[in-house]
Amino acid sequence: MERSKLDLWVGAFVVAGIAALVVLALKVGNLSTYNVSETYQLQAYFNNVGGLKATASVRSAGVLVGRVTSITLDTERYEAKVTMSIDKRYQFPKDTFANILTSGLLGEQYIGLLPGGEDEMLADGGEFKKTQSAIVVEELIGKFMFNKSESSN
Amino acid sequence: MPLVKSVRAVGHRTVDIVWRVGVASRFLFQTLLQSGMSFRRFNLVVKELFASGVMSLVIIGVAGMFVGMVLGLQGFETLKRYGSESALGSLVALSLVRELGPVLAALLFASRAGSAMTAEIGLMKATEQIAAMEMMAVSPIARVVAPRFWAGVISMPLLAAIFSAMGVFGGYVVGVVLIGVDEGSFWSQMQATVDFQADIMNGVIKSFVFGFAVTVIALFEGFDAPPTAEGVSGATTRTVVQSSLAILMLDVILTAFMFRGA
Amino acid sequence: MSALVEINDVNFSYDQRAILKGINMSFGKGKVIAVMGGSGCGKTTLFRLIGGALKPTRGEVKIDGQVIHELDERGLYEMRRKMGVLFQFGALFTDMSVFDNVAFQMREHTDLPEDIIHDLVMLKLHAVGLRGTHDLMPAELSGGMARRVALARTVALDPMLILYDEPFAGLDPISLSVVGQLIRRLNDALGATSVVVTHDVQESLKIVDYVYFIADGVIVAEGTPDEIRASDKPFVHQFVHGEMDGPIPFHYPGATSYAQDLKVSA
Repeated sequence: MERSKLDLWVGAFVVAGIAALVVLALKVGNLSTYNVSETYQLQAYFNNVGGLKATASVRSAGVLVGRVTSITLDTERYEAKVTMSIDKRYQFPKDTFANILTSGLLGEQYIGLLPGGEDEMLADGGEFKKTQSAIVVEELIGKFMFNKSESSN
Repeated sequence: MPLVKSVRAVGHRTVDIVWRVGVASRFLFQTLLQSGMSFRRFNLVVKELFASGVMSLVIIGVAGMFVGMVLGLQGFETLKRYGSESALGSLVALSLVRELGPVLAALLFASRAGSAMTAEIGLMKATEQIAAMEMMAVSPIARVVAPRFWAGVISMPLLAAIFSAMGVFGGYVVGVVLIGVDEGSFWSQMQATVDFQADIMNGVIKSFVFGFAVTVIALFEGFDAPPTAEGVSGATTRTVVQSSLAILMLDVILTAFMFRGA
Repeated sequence: MSALVEINDVNFSYDQRAILKGINMSFGKGKVIAVMGGSGCGKTTLFRLIGGALKPTRGEVKIDGQVIHELDERGLYEMRRKMGVLFQFGALFTDMSVFDNVAFQMREHTDLPEDIIHDLVMLKLHAVGLRGTHDLMPAELSGGMARRVALARTVALDPMLILYDEPFAGLDPISLSVVGQLIRRLNDALGATSVVVTHDVQESLKIVDYVYFIADGVIVAEGTPDEIRASDKPFVHQFVHGEMDGPIPFHYPGATSYAQDLKVSA
């Protein structure tokens, strides 16, 4: 095999491999949705985060505005402390609701932000005061059964 | 006395294996130590990239496509029962980038490129080419082994990525084009669940480790093969068997580390 | 006349089996020396000792005043660059063309520009009469041609010592005498010293200056070709004339006699 031809083939192979990686990263994975723009940190406390995970999306009106960066247990309050990084382009009023929602019946859990009406905005390190925990299906069913048995008595 | 005999045989076998691991480690160390030439004269590596990478391209691409198509068909049948056909994209993509891409590409690589490496080096030894090189004051490890090692380590992640990409395409063809799953949800569900760091990069790391293991086994078996026809054919078989086992075993270990609690 | 290679009281044994027992030889500069003996007499071992691939159990091999087994890896590689070795079946690199095979050492050991390497390779190939084969692969050559290409590769860097391991094995009579003549001519042209390990008596007696006979690990006879031809030692006579029985018996010695094996009473 001629050397230049060999180089051409190997070059084509390497380009194809890197192209496949780029396709995987952008088209299949979520690299394109990682925020390249600057972000600021916000916190929220929840009684129960259910199946929420780090890197879960944070959405407002269905639009992706940030990602969950960490979930820890605050041992003073015994509540889950969720830290998220939010795109600097989006600002939220102080009385914004943070809810843990589920996309579809069995889909991924994410945080939905429901903005309130206050004029003052949350700054970096701020906290959502009003939160609603994840709906845990077992609890829901338990409650329903309990109510049923009570009403039948 | 048959018990004593078999215990002794097991012990003998164990010592033998440990001994071989030691020899192989020294061989690997020598290869790494003498890799300077491979980088100073990169055209040596390019030549081996052609042999191990480009020559494996077609089989990897076609196999990836078929595996993706099967995942599309099987996944659709299963997901339909729960009414979540829209998750087909994430099922296909996750299985490929996390598991099937690196593992199947490595298994194909072991039988396509690994066995060829063993046979080639074994034959070079049998025909005294290795000895001739040594007598010409050229280290066969630096000149023959190291370029093949680096070519294998470089081409494996690329081949695995191509396998996964072709697989996703195959899943898309079956799921969206043939069965008619909604195209938008196919891609958006996929992007929502496949994480670049946790899934894709871990897949790349896996394939890198597999490439390392397969290449070391193939080169060592070739270099260590008795210089006869049976010796070389036995070494070639051992390369395929041992690499396949090593890939599957490493996969369990790596998966346990990477995706624990994720 | 000073000796290039001196072998002093060399012993070598694999495990407990003694292969060489007290060999003394001396190869003068510019000479072609043959080391002969039956198959398995330790010729190849001697060869590997000279090349530094094995270490003698006792004694020493000196080349150009340096003891081979005392050299470190670097020194050994330095020494090997001054040696050329022709292996039994040529050992051409099967994944390279004829040209690249001959150019191999020039590219590995020198910084010569490619056009000078081209000229040198053509020169070497011309010397063995195979300039026209430069872009063929080794698999496309006949056995005799491959041996000649290997010869060109062996002398690529103008070595001072050339070792030939069975250069005549498996060649037809014409190729055989071509290779024989080339060994002599190349040696004289380069002013090198050549050592031919062989069991082909007739061909080597035509080209060499001195002959050593080895049997059972010791030198049983030595001399110039004329002395060897005229020798009346039974071993040499048997070897030179290819007789079936003699000091080297036709029958491999067994523990039991022929009669016992056949279960007939003697």
